[in-house]
Amino acid sequence: MGALTHLLDFAGWERAQAESLLETARMMEEVLERPMKKVPALKGFTVATVFFEPSTRTKISFELAARRMSADVVGFTGAGSSLAKGESFKDTLLTLQAMALDAYVIRAPVAGMAHQAARWLEGAVVNAGDGRRAHPTQALLDAYTLLDDLETLEGRKVAIVGDVAHSRVARSNAELLPLLGAEVWAAGPAGLLPERLPGARLTTDLDEALEDADAVMVLRLQRERMDEGALPSLREYVAEYQVTEARLARAKPDAPLLHPGPMNRDVELEGTLADGPRSRVERQVRAGEAVRMAVLYHLLVGRAA
Amino acid sequence: MRFKARVLEPAEIERAMRRIAHEIIEKNKGVGDLALVGIHTRGIPLAERLADLIERFEGVRPPVGVLDITLYRDDLSEIGVQPRVRETRIPWDVTGRPVVLVDDVLFTGRTARAALDALVDLGRPKRVYFAVLVDRGHRELPIRADFVGKNLPTSMQEVVKVKLRETDGEEGVELWER
Repeated sequence: MGALTHLLDFAGWERAQAESLLETARMMEEVLERPMKKVPALKGFTVATVFFEPSTRTKISFELAARRMSADVVGFTGAGSSLAKGESFKDTLLTLQAMALDAYVIRAPVAGMAHQAARWLEGAVVNAGDGRRAHPTQALLDAYTLLDDLETLEGRKVAIVGDVAHSRVARSNAELLPLLGAEVWAAGPAGLLPERLPGARLTTDLDEALEDADAVMVLRLQRERMDEGALPSLREYVAEYQVTEARLARAKPDAPLLHPGPMNRDVELEGTLADGPRSRVERQVRAGEAVRMAVLYHLLVGRAA
Repeated sequence: MRFKARVLEPAEIERAMRRIAHEIIEKNKGVGDLALVGIHTRGIPLAERLADLIERFEGVRPPVGVLDITLYRDDLSEIGVQPRVRETRIPWDVTGRPVVLVDDVLFTGRTARAALDALVDLGRPKRVYFAVLVDRGHRELPIRADFVGKNLPTSMQEVVKVKLRETDGEEGVELWER
């Protein structure tokens, strides 16, 4: 497999490629621990963050990652732009392209937009979340965080819990984690499970998914879905699917607890767990910056030749 | 590539390192806060060897750090292959102490420049020395080494291969023709 040209999802990825990227992220995290958190590696490159959908942590994380490596950054958000005046998605991207940018970090509400953009644009495209489809850098930072605790993912059982059907995080993790040797279980109420999720075993039995799990990943309950009738009631969800101290006792002792954020405290996750010793939520944010530095480095360096 | 000559034998490398260790102690007027930083890859074992020798001569072993200059290279946007980023680990404070940067070969000076940039990003050393096993000439930047194992005038068609037992399983310096 050749050099990375875009990061859209993990289709066609090999284990060695994922491991090499995570290894680079490890080196990038060392940069973040220095008094001077900046290196000149991407000097002269320009990275655009193109967000057609709201985001706080992902956008800031990518922008910081690019700046830590001395790239110039331009930010674009759908609201308040020419999109609001009726300009198409494609024309917006082509306008940005005319400004000679090197990489485009794209967040879009519709699945496949990043893939489409990669066909139109000459620069490198990073999918920062497209609809329900994929959020590859989130999966990479999750894997990175898991490796911190578990050292290897080979043979590890990872339980992904909650609104699996609408989650691009679950989808990307179900692609990446098995590539690294993990066994992925996805659990949630029937109305919030997809018909199939390649790479994962699906179950409506939360206890079965948590049993002997080496790590637990809790997803945000997208409450807006309740209006679609996918969920009977919030109270029922909390009673049946909230990850609590008691339920977590089924998992391995010290199994790390991940959540991609933003979190609904005391809905998908018992509040005390969110701040407890097993929580890796803050670790994930930190890992996110290092992983995105690694992604931009792998995409941009060596590309010009 | 065609083999031309063996330039340094293991015993000569050992002698050169001993001399450099003495020179470092003399120039720095002792060991004091002295610290060593090896530049990936072969600068690392050379820095460790110098630290061992300084300990043997002075009874104090200066701390050794590891520096990777990949993220500081000035040709990153031009090269066709993506260099692997390796570990930088300097678990002591750079600020205020004399630091010896150690590498195997000094050639264009670009690695040394990158190493200087990387080092000063980690702190403000009191002063920086530069020690190399072989200086083969052809500088493209105004950089010189303070301590040199062997000055080796070369042509641009020649390649200097340094082999160390820690990294290569064998020891010696060879000259090859491209």
